[in-house]
Amino acid sequence: MELFLQQVFNGIMLGSTYAIVALGLTMVFGILHIPNFAHGQMYMLGAYVCFFLITVFGFNYWPALALSAIVLALAGVVLEFLVFRPVRDAGGVTPFIAALGALIILENAVVVLWGPEGHRIPNPYPGIIDVFGITMSTQRLLVIGVAVLLIVILQIFIKKTTLGNTIQAVAQNREGATLMGINVNLVSALTFAISTGLAAIAACLVAPIFMISPSMGSMVGLKAFVIVILGGLGSIPGAIAGGLILGLIEAIGGGYLSAAYKDVFGFGALVLILSLKPTGLFGKEIKGR
Amino acid sequence: MMNWLKENWFYLAVLLIALVLPHVITNLYYAQIITMSCLFAIGALSLNLIMGYTGQMSLAHGGFFAIGAYSVAILTSTLDWNFWLALPASALLAAFIGFLVGLPALRTRGAYFAITTLCLGEIIYLLAGNWMELTGGHTGMVGIPLPSPVSLPGVGQITFASPASQYYLVLFFLLLTLFILYRLINSLRGRTFLATAINEDLAEAVGINVFRTKLLSFVVANFFAGLAGGIYANLMGSISPSVASVTMTFNFLMYVLLGGMTTLAGPVIGAFIIPILLEYLQFLQDYQMILFGFLLIVVIIYFPTGFMGLFNKLRDRIKKSKVGDRRAA
Repeated sequence: MELFLQQVFNGIMLGSTYAIVALGLTMVFGILHIPNFAHGQMYMLGAYVCFFLITVFGFNYWPALALSAIVLALAGVVLEFLVFRPVRDAGGVTPFIAALGALIILENAVVVLWGPEGHRIPNPYPGIIDVFGITMSTQRLLVIGVAVLLIVILQIFIKKTTLGNTIQAVAQNREGATLMGINVNLVSALTFAISTGLAAIAACLVAPIFMISPSMGSMVGLKAFVIVILGGLGSIPGAIAGGLILGLIEAIGGGYLSAAYKDVFGFGALVLILSLKPTGLFGKEIKGR
Repeated sequence: MMNWLKENWFYLAVLLIALVLPHVITNLYYAQIITMSCLFAIGALSLNLIMGYTGQMSLAHGGFFAIGAYSVAILTSTLDWNFWLALPASALLAAFIGFLVGLPALRTRGAYFAITTLCLGEIIYLLAGNWMELTGGHTGMVGIPLPSPVSLPGVGQITFASPASQYYLVLFFLLLTLFILYRLINSLRGRTFLATAINEDLAEAVGINVFRTKLLSFVVANFFAGLAGGIYANLMGSISPSVASVTMTFNFLMYVLLGGMTTLAGPVIGAFIIPILLEYLQFLQDYQMILFGFLLIVVIIYFPTGFMGLFNKLRDRIKKSKVGDRRAA
């Protein structure tokens, strides 16, 4: 029982970071209908910026996290402007390939700057709390807490503020939003900024727990896609639920069945679900291409 | 006959160059690069069938390449099969797995299909790295024998120990792939592929069974991916899970795209130009891939038809100016 609860705890921790990363991805898809394959690499870049600020400039953990989120938000705007805006109206495989190009640049730029080896950010909260026999490190609890906080803030932002409503409006109907006088380009840039900023926060949160390396983004990016599809492309509640489901599948599958194959369970679940429901759990039909 | 020559002189010249190439390039290192280019051209051509001609972005292509590579490796080294039996068996296995996987995966569309296949590729990669008993895990497999010699009547026995003979072996399969794909694409069936790529709903409306069309294209594409992988395993003598990595898929993708999607010559040109370009850019070291990423973005934004698109545009312009000259005279 304790092992089970321990795995559930780890699963929720993993799942909440996945959920934040997937949220950004699904928002971008909702607005631009572009699968941003470089999202995982932006996440990775966020962790490296945080690492850089802490080790080179001697920043504390929280200021480094905040600054990393801001830097990555700006990087997201640049990415949207240079790579995705020019291919926004192109159909077919064009947007995928533009995203792949961005992915290759980001991953290799980090290799050039910091080398291919892994680094570790010093853990700011190394303490451990013991609850009913489940070991919870303070940092892991912190990850869950911040993730919940971010999700709540994002929900309030989207549902209650005018700016959030404009994002929803553009996602629902681009032409309609333009006719209402919404500056669609500005909304796209803003959405990208939120998306990559969130990814950076998620990366900074887990960086003290796991190693950071140039390849850390590709797996998380892929998982974010799995989640977004599980939840239905463009669906925010779907991304949150999907993130937790995947985290739990991985932690429990990895704990009880096989640690080496834990990723296979997640991907296998996706393939299985899509074979039963080709548009994801909460997804809408997407028309043609 | 003369007309046929006039129309096809260019292709004949290319074929002739391809046939004499090993006698011109004696540097072993370059010979190896060219042989590999031919091999990757087969993989790129098959990706082009599903991605270009059928419009379905399969990102599991490296995975199917690896299925071919691993099954040839296992059949020829562990089970002592003859290469010439193991190769078609492996290609068929890749095609069959493609069929099984395509049944659910091809029900999805657009971005969903790309991501589903990306996950499938990742599953194949993880299996290759973790299924110790079958694949040797992360260290991979070594000591895969060279293709078994064939004896041809009148020619004698051909072994595949020399670089030139390996080159001819790969060239043979490349030409075979080109021929089959050429016939397929220019058949009525090939037209249904294109119709599916251009507009699935419209294709369905005119009576094309879109799902079966996509499935056929996927199976054929994976057959050739497996074939290329199988030859790769035997020529290299050793394989590791990196053959299944997403990098492999991205390489194929780049060959297709920079060469020119939805053309037969494009992927072959891409598979030749890019590795040679990379050789010349060796001095850039780590910056090489960054430059490559930029190139990919610039090409997809400004020249989405790749090298072949530019080439065709130039040729049309020259033709037009010639017609204009004649009119003026």
